[in-house]
Amino acid sequence: MNSAKSRPIRVLVAKAGLDGHDRGAKVVAAAFRDAGFEVIYTGLRQTPEMIVEAALQEDVDCVGLSIHSGAHMTLFPKVVALLKARGGGDIVVTGGGIIPPEDAEKLRALGVHRLFGPGTPLGELVAFVKEAVAARRAALAAGAARSHGDGPQR
Amino acid sequence: MPPAHVMADLAPGVLAGDPRALARALTVVENEPADGAALLSALAGRLGRAQRIGVTGPPGAGKSTLVSALIGLWRAQGKRVGVLAVDPSSAFTGGALLGDRIRMTQHLGDSGVFVRSLASRGAAGGLSAATEDAADLLDAAGFDPVVIETVGVGQGEMDVARAADITVLVLAPGSGDDVQALKAGLLELADVVVINQADRAGADRLEASLRGAFELRAVGSGGSGGSEGGLGSVLPPAPPVLLTTATTGQGVEALVVALAERAAPSNSAALAARRLERARRRIREGVDRARAVEYWAVCEARLAALAGEVAGGRLPTQDAVTRLLQEGGR
Repeated sequence: MNSAKSRPIRVLVAKAGLDGHDRGAKVVAAAFRDAGFEVIYTGLRQTPEMIVEAALQEDVDCVGLSIHSGAHMTLFPKVVALLKARGGGDIVVTGGGIIPPEDAEKLRALGVHRLFGPGTPLGELVAFVKEAVAARRAALAAGAARSHGDGPQR
Repeated sequence: MPPAHVMADLAPGVLAGDPRALARALTVVENEPADGAALLSALAGRLGRAQRIGVTGPPGAGKSTLVSALIGLWRAQGKRVGVLAVDPSSAFTGGALLGDRIRMTQHLGDSGVFVRSLASRGAAGGLSAATEDAADLLDAAGFDPVVIETVGVGQGEMDVARAADITVLVLAPGSGDDVQALKAGLLELADVVVINQADRAGADRLEASLRGAFELRAVGSGGSGGSEGGLGSVLPPAPPVLLTTATTGQGVEALVVALAERAAPSNSAALAARRLERARRRIREGVDRARAVEYWAVCEARLAALAGEVAGGRLPTQDAVTRLLQEGGR
């Protein structure tokens, strides 16, 4: 099986919280699409519960949140906790917005992956998601093989 | 991808209505046809229960918004609703922006609603290759109805009419004049026509021109036979034309009633015939696909050689076809 190569990366791009600024999210969604990803775009004013529900139903590899409201220290941990509680703790959580480095550091300790500030080149985002998703898929395949006692795949 | 016996482990979760298992199962069916087949065979006996409702129409007519309004009414009746929403993949990068969920977020968090976005992945008929298998999964998981929403279509994407028990064509005012309504294609496959955004100017004019077109059909139908792979040789009776405003819910109740009528026992013969035809086609397509993979595994090199001849103008296309069929990969 060589599906890990051919299966498109699926990413959920969502605007969490109450700010109505979705230009950044749309630009990122389009960049992901152009990188060959299948992007589920859920639009504005999503609660953590809605985001997690959509991520699980869509079986995405990665959730990208855009937060410009200053509520990142509430929203990111909530999304991570809900994903874990519902069996999606392996999903890569990343995002962007105005997020001070010390906050990003704290979020990282909670299980959030890299966060990106304004002006990040789109290619950098794409490369990050590709890398993080490849690692996630490899870990999942190894875990599935281990739990069935047949060693590493191929 | 996990190995095949891990796939089979997903089946109990799907049957138990575990959303995570269902979501993973959909990924398998979408990406690994062989594993998907193993998974579906573990679900045998639980298929064929759901009403499959196709929703199609041009981009921007309000398909997703209408589906969302339908979900609300079905949920009030206690139904569990599955939705497959197809959006187009880029022919260049294979990427896709799947945005149908934006219109359905009000149902997020309701465990009686499961929405999955599918990218068309190069399929030209308005669905993706795995859409019908995905509908089987939602069916097995106990969702009924299962809504299949196509990409925004033009005039030729007819796959949904073959995949669904009933097809709803959603139009909006301003999407064409009388002549558009006379064209073969979408209008012929609709079991129900909905004029959405009925609060906009032009809705009554569109309704009049559609009804006019359907009157002409009633006079002229029953003519010459259909083509191979068609939907039957005789046009179905003129469909009802309903007016809705999905954003307010106006008129959506009548659509729910019309859809329920089609699933009623009085219509069971027509429904059974349609499902039999669908089963025949899906089996045939499965065999064709497998045969094609087998064939081209052997003949790909010969194809390349013959393509060079054809492209260089030294060999007519049909001669290349004949040679391949007669000589195979030699």
